[in-house]
Amino acid sequence: MRTTRRQAMTSLAAVGALASAPAAGQLTVTIDRGTVRPLPIAVSPFAGGVAAQPEIGLQIAEVIGANLDRSGLFRTIDRSAYIQTPDDLADQGPRFADWRQINAEALVSGRVSAVDATNMAVEFRLFDVLTASERRGLRYTAPIDDWRRVAHKISDEIYSRITGESGYFDTRIVYVSETGLATQRVKRLAIMDQDGANHRFLTRGDSLVMTPRFAPDGETIAFLSFRTGEPQVALIDASGANDRLLGRFDGMTFAPRFSPDGQRLAMSLAAGGSTSLFMYDLRTQEMTRLTSGPHIDTSPSFSPDGGRLVFNSDRAGSPQLYVMDLGSGRAERISFGGGRYSTPAWSPRGDLVTFVNQQGGSFHVGLMRPDGGDERLITRSYLDDGPRFAPNGRVVVFERHDRASGRMRLFTIDVTGFNLREVATPLDATDPDWSPLRR
Amino acid sequence: MRVLVVIACLLLVAGCARTSPEDPALTGGISAQGLGAGGAAAGTFAPGSQAALQAEAGDTVFFAFDSSVLRPESQAVLRQQAAWLQRNPGIRVTVEGHTDERGTREYNLALGERRANAVRSFLIAQGVAADRIRTVSFGKDRPAVLGSNEQAWAQNRRAVTVVAAPVS
Repeated sequence: MRTTRRQAMTSLAAVGALASAPAAGQLTVTIDRGTVRPLPIAVSPFAGGVAAQPEIGLQIAEVIGANLDRSGLFRTIDRSAYIQTPDDLADQGPRFADWRQINAEALVSGRVSAVDATNMAVEFRLFDVLTASERRGLRYTAPIDDWRRVAHKISDEIYSRITGESGYFDTRIVYVSETGLATQRVKRLAIMDQDGANHRFLTRGDSLVMTPRFAPDGETIAFLSFRTGEPQVALIDASGANDRLLGRFDGMTFAPRFSPDGQRLAMSLAAGGSTSLFMYDLRTQEMTRLTSGPHIDTSPSFSPDGGRLVFNSDRAGSPQLYVMDLGSGRAERISFGGGRYSTPAWSPRGDLVTFVNQQGGSFHVGLMRPDGGDERLITRSYLDDGPRFAPNGRVVVFERHDRASGRMRLFTIDVTGFNLREVATPLDATDPDWSPLRR
Repeated sequence: MRVLVVIACLLLVAGCARTSPEDPALTGGISAQGLGAGGAAAGTFAPGSQAALQAEAGDTVFFAFDSSVLRPESQAVLRQQAAWLQRNPGIRVTVEGHTDERGTREYNLALGERRANAVRSFLIAQGVAADRIRTVSFGKDRPAVLGSNEQAWAQNRRAVTVVAAPVS
C-alpha cells in the first residue's frame, strides 16, 4: 500500500499502514452535490497517552472532530453518547452494534503511546459502521509537541478516504492582521494553522504590508512591503525570518504570485500611470515584461501546469478577467457577465478560477471555468476581497468587510456555495492565502 | 498684496474640496487634509512646509469613481501647486495616490498609482522638474476619512501632494 508517500518527513513520519482490509466502499460522500447530508461520524478519544500530556488522546480526537465538522461534510457525534470506551475500542476493536445504536456511519479509533521522552506513536483506524469493516489504518511517529499536526494528518486521511479528494487540514493560512483606525491602520503579516491554532505574527507592524502569497513549498512568502517607503515585493520565510526585498525596480512592484515550480514570480510593475505584468526569475533575478499598454494589468495567478496566467485588466475599459498563454503571449478575455471582475485565483485542481465580482453596490466571490464558462457567484456582501483556494480546490478563503461594524474577517466557503464559516482571528484580518499541504 | 493672494487661494481650495457635481454631500464631511489650516492666520506657516503648501495652494485633489481624470477644479489646484513649487525651488514632493474602498486591493493599488501619476504629469506639464516629484500608491489602505458611504468614498478618492525632504 502506498501510504507513506505524503507522510514522509523528518519530524513527523507515518511508519506504515496498519493491517486493514479495504472494504467495498459504501461509505462515501460526494462533494459535487450542493447540499450534502453531513456524514454522522464518531471520533473516539484515542486510548493510551504520554506522561507529559495525559489528555492527548482526547485532544487529538477533538481536533479531528472539529476539522471534520468545519468541512461541512461530516457531523461529529457528541462523545457523551458513545457506549464503547476508548480503551475497549482500541484493545478489542469496534462493537459495531454499539456504534449503530448512536447512528454513527463512520468511526475513528486510535491509540497514543510514548516512544521516548519527546516522541510518540499515534495509530488510528477508520471504520465503516454499516458494513462493519475497516477502511484505513495508519501509524505515525512524531514529536509529542506536533500532536496537532498528527491530528490534522489523520483528518486529511479520513476526509480523503471518504470523499475521494485530497484533504486540506494539515495546512496553514497566512494573512494580514489589522488593527487601529482605518486612517492609520497597523498591518502585520500573521500565520496560523487552518483551524486558527498556532497563531503567530511575522512582521512588527512598523510599515504597511499586503497580499502575502505562499511559495509552493509553503516555507517562503512573497508579499507587498512599504518598508522603504516605496511599495515593493518582498520575501519572508514562513518562520518570520529573512524579511528581504526582492530587488530594486523602476516603479512600484506588487501583486506577486509564485509559479507552480516556485522558480518565478508573476507580478505587476506600475510606472508612469500604467500597470503591466512581469515575470521575475528568482534564480537569474531577471525581470521579463509580459504585457504593456496604458492600462492596468494586475492580480496574475498561474494555472497549475504553469503554462497560463489568469489576470485582471481594464484594457477594455473596466476591470475584467483574461487568460494569457505564456507560450504565445496571447490573452483572451473570459469574463462577460455584469459588473467589474478582479483579483482572480486559479484553482490548484485547474478546473476553476475564483474572483471578485462587483455590481449593483455589492461584492461577490465567484467561480468560473478557466474558459469563462459556468460562472457562479457564491457570496454577496458589502465588500468581499481576495478569494484564494485551499490546496484541494474545494474550499475558498476570502476577506469580508462588515459595513455596519467596520470589522474585517476571514471566511471560508465551499465551491458548492455552501458552508460559509468564519475563520477566527485575534484581530481584523484581510488578504488570506492558503498554504499547500505540509510535508 | 501677498496676503491677499494667499487668502484667495484659501478660498479657492475650500471651494475645490467641496464643489464637485458628483459629490454634493461633501459639505459636512470630515476632511483629512485638515480644515485646521483655515484657523491659522495666512502667512504664518513655515516656508516650504506641508501646512504652507496646503494653505497657499491646496495639497489634495479628488477623483470620480475608478477615474484618474483631473477635473477643472483639480487642475486649478494643481496650477497653484505648480506655482508654489516654482516659488519653493528647494522642495521635493511625493504625490500619494489613494482610492475608496469600493474595489479590490490590487486593482486599487494600480488605480492609486495612476492617479498619482496624473497629478505628477500635470505638474511636470506646468514646468515643475520631473525629478522633484515622486509618486506612491496606497490603494484603498490609507483612507483620509472613516466611513462606508458615498461621502467618505468621495473624500478618499484623492491624490495628496506631500512635501518631502528639501533638495540637498
